Amino acid sequence: MGVFFDEMNGSGDRSGGGTRAPYARLEEWLATMPKELRSLKQAEAEALFRRIGITFAVYGEGGDPDRLIPFDMFPRVFSGAEWARLDRGVKQRAKALNMFLVDVYGRGEIIRAGRVPANLVYQNEAYEKAAVGFVPPKGVYSHIVGIDLVRTGPEEFFVLEDNCRTPSGVSYMLENREIMMRMFPGLFRENRIEPIDSYAEILRRTLASVAPAKCKGDPKVVILTPGHFNSAYYEHSFLADLMGVELVEGQDLFVDGEFVYARTTEGPKRVDVIYRRIDDAFLDPLCFRPDSMLGVPGLMDVYRSGGVSICSAPGAGVADDKAIYTYVPDMIRFYLGEEPILKNVPTWKCAERDDLKYVLDNLGELVVKEVHGSGGYGMLVGPKATKAEIEAFRAQLVADPSNYIAQPTLALSTVPTFVDEGVAPRHVDLRPYCLVGERIELVKGGLTRVALREGSLVVNSSQGGGVKDTWVLAE
Amino acid sequence: MRLSVDHVTRYSYERPVRGLVQSHRLTPSLFQGQKVISWEITVEGGEGQGGGALAVRGADFTDGAGDRIQGWSLAGPLSEVAVTVRGTVETTDTAGMLKGYREAINPCAYKLETAMTAGSAALAALAEAVSDADGPLALAHGLSAAVAAAIAYRPGVTQAHTSASEALALGEGVCQDHAHALIALARLRDLPARYVSGYLFADASGAAHEAAHAWAEIHVPGLGWIGFDPANACCPDERYIRLASGLDARDAAPIRGVARGGQAGEEAMDVAVAVLSSAQ
Repeated sequence: MGVFFDEMNGSGDRSGGGTRAPYARLEEWLATMPKELRSLKQAEAEALFRRIGITFAVYGEGGDPDRLIPFDMFPRVFSGAEWARLDRGVKQRAKALNMFLVDVYGRGEIIRAGRVPANLVYQNEAYEKAAVGFVPPKGVYSHIVGIDLVRTGPEEFFVLEDNCRTPSGVSYMLENREIMMRMFPGLFRENRIEPIDSYAEILRRTLASVAPAKCKGDPKVVILTPGHFNSAYYEHSFLADLMGVELVEGQDLFVDGEFVYARTTEGPKRVDVIYRRIDDAFLDPLCFRPDSMLGVPGLMDVYRSGGVSICSAPGAGVADDKAIYTYVPDMIRFYLGEEPILKNVPTWKCAERDDLKYVLDNLGELVVKEVHGSGGYGMLVGPKATKAEIEAFRAQLVADPSNYIAQPTLALSTVPTFVDEGVAPRHVDLRPYCLVGERIELVKGGLTRVALREGSLVVNSSQGGGVKDTWVLAE
Repeated sequence: MRLSVDHVTRYSYERPVRGLVQSHRLTPSLFQGQKVISWEITVEGGEGQGGGALAVRGADFTDGAGDRIQGWSLAGPLSEVAVTVRGTVETTDTAGMLKGYREAINPCAYKLETAMTAGSAALAALAEAVSDADGPLALAHGLSAAVAAAIAYRPGVTQAHTSASEALALGEGVCQDHAHALIALARLRDLPARYVSGYLFADASGAAHEAAHAWAEIHVPGLGWIGFDPANACCPDERYIRLASGLDARDAAPIRGVARGGQAGEEAMDVAVAVLSSAQ
């Protein structure tokens, strides 16, 4: 693979190299930082994360489930103009995804128009029959849309995937900023960095804005967590604290008559909006999996009769399926009559014969993913795989082609990152968290994930990825 | 035909439970073949026999599948709970067709297989043996006949969790198994199919089957949903009362419920159903 676009020094940019403007102050900062200070600060950062208790359990790897995600002190920076375009693109996409959900649980116009195949929607595991015929308040199914973006050049951004259910990681976005401000207050005086600390307040307002019609007065919002053994439990309690709302488990809630109540020390309190961090299948044993102990029996009946709002709404997952992903640009054109501001990565659907043939012939150059997979598991990164790995994957792929999609290996941009030998370019992606309620809002920032291993293109925390603070400069 | 239903489900708990939440689909579907004359559901419970409190009515709505859904909650302590359904329905024979029924779910959503309706080599072989030369309606009839021939009616050999594939291997089962097998076959032939729960009036000639019954519906292009009852080798007629549908027996269950705080004890359930023909 050729030269990668580096977001600081501009390498790989045909319009010429040299330090790019948003990074000008950081270059100075880096040049004048003594080596001892660097390791001191890195140790301080780690101590701070430990003290706060922000850890991330990793599935399927064994070892310490409470290990820290490595934090890299070198920030990732966007100019105000760069961000303005991302802002429009992300909001456009979040809006279209929600319109798609209203449509496929309603009349299905996009399918009738022949723009999206019926089987991909109606036979999708994530399609919930129980969600048909009830439109959630304000027509919003996905209230927090996490859109994963990668960059390959100064103007080239691609959407890697959409996360419409319960995208995690926003606590890292907030904590990374907190830590950077504590350790390097000078940097925040020298650079005009847009604040992101309004996220929790906007999230609370967004959730309150979708309270059900039967709610009178100030809506009571709770966060529903599967419990402390969940890998994102820290984030659930962190967001509850920041928003000033209760963190509850299924057993803390119960249905009585037409409503859902929370058990509190002052007696039962009616709940209007549930920000749930558990999957559809576990929400209600009377509607979905009968063996679920994590949910609330009867919740779906209350939800479907307008007694409580559930965020994200049951069934929202059908919009972020990797097979549906390829149709998102068409959704934007169909519902909004606009051209997509952010491009999709070209994608081959292995369910289709011609596409499968191409993928099998080019396994060595492609990234192949499971349609329903996440967290970087069950995927093949062709250029990084051994011959044996490719052949093993080929067998899996041939056995169940419709379970896979493939994409070209993108030349992900790099950002300088502290490594043992000093500073070196490492590949990054970006997940902004778009909030959709009465309004569509996006704080000026997101979570930058960085592949810490040299040359690695996999940024998932479960696969050796780290995180960085993400700056948007005020114009 | 005027059918009257008397359906009582009793739950008893070895140790009293703190409360109970149920979701019901116990109201006859509204379509050309059925007209509700009267219908009443009560849920009551308490400690010991007799004296009980009435449950609180909760959500009450018609969902996307056209099923009337009603939620109930009952505070404990409870050692006995009774769900009583009493009513009268005027039925007419629509040759199994679900005419004039309002629903919003796309038929394609009923192509999804579940653990109980999953295909197998034996099911596929049975499905492929039926000809579709005379169109999808004849195919659907043929699949229903194939199930009736392959699985004999015999109570007690299968359980609530028996899958279509297991029932076929046994060659015996009850109406639930027949319905699951037919759903599996129809989906293998790319026809949407679903499970229907309801009641059946069994006259002197067909007394073998229970009054709480189940059958399958197959979506036939151009005609819509049509009921097939392999257990009785017919399409539902005026002897049938349709309540609810779903992907399989669990998804179409007329009563789903959970008791709170009763994990330590045993739950026992007793169902009594009588469907009678009322005097005209």
